[in-house]
Amino acid sequence: MNCKDFLKELTDYLDGTISVNVRAELEEHLIWCRDCHVVMNTTKKTIEIYRDNRLYELPEQLRSQLQQAIMNKCKASKQTRKSSS
Amino acid sequence: METIQKKVGEDVNSELALVQAAKKGDLEAFSELVKRYDRNIFRIAQHITHNEEDAQDVVQDAFLKAYQNLEQFQGNSKFYTWLVRIAVNEALMKLRRRRSDKTVSIDEDVETEEGSMPREVADWGPNPEQLYGQSELGDILKKTIQGLPPGFRTVFVLRDVEGLSTEETAEMLGLSIPAVKSRLLRARLQLRERLAKYFKSKRSGDGQP
Repeated sequence: MNCKDFLKELTDYLDGTISVNVRAELEEHLIWCRDCHVVMNTTKKTIEIYRDNRLYELPEQLRSQLQQAIMNKCKASKQTRKSSS
Repeated sequence: METIQKKVGEDVNSELALVQAAKKGDLEAFSELVKRYDRNIFRIAQHITHNEEDAQDVVQDAFLKAYQNLEQFQGNSKFYTWLVRIAVNEALMKLRRRRSDKTVSIDEDVETEEGSMPREVADWGPNPEQLYGQSELGDILKKTIQGLPPGFRTVFVLRDVEGLSTEETAEMLGLSIPAVKSRLLRARLQLRERLAKYFKSKRSGDGQP
């Protein structure tokens, strides 16, 4: 396996959906290729950082306002449909 | 394992029951579905549009559209999958309006080679996120993900932030599984490349222990 092949398999490797044989080849490549080892570790870290530091959480107050607005619109839409049928 | 599967099964069943009740006009049931998914839809919309006002509109429009078109929901997929599909389309439409000179689609920039071969190979420290305070880190992560083409960041957000499967993401975006995998790889590599300038260890690569 060379570095280009390693990159092709990286997503399946990180997601744990790689076949046993390809996994063994990839891990052998990682033993001697420092660059790919760094790419693998830092890509994994990238995913973890985004997963663990969720951006854009909806503040509770805004959340209740949005829920209210949605339900008002749904109610109005239901009444319009009723009166037109 | 059995317990987990049973729990998932129950969730799907109760979701289906809520959808059925909402179809018959039960607004309370629909309100339950809103409470279940509004946070996720807001996050996804904000990631795509980069704009809080637009994201709020997307949340409202997506749920209203879902409510008005409940009859068309066949139940072949999960309600959430169907809802996210509506929300992603609404969010891309908002983005298109803001960038009226450009066509924005999930297929945008697919041919770019940027990030397909790593250039930055300096290692990061063991806990690179601790180099920054919470709010500074948030700004770095937002700025970095906003730099990705919309098609790439949408796939990354659904797969890696929201934790959805490749199959679900493909269904939500109307893409093939290989297309989702290819965008995910490029998104991950591009983010890694861009984050390296904040997180790489200062000592690495200088040959010193």
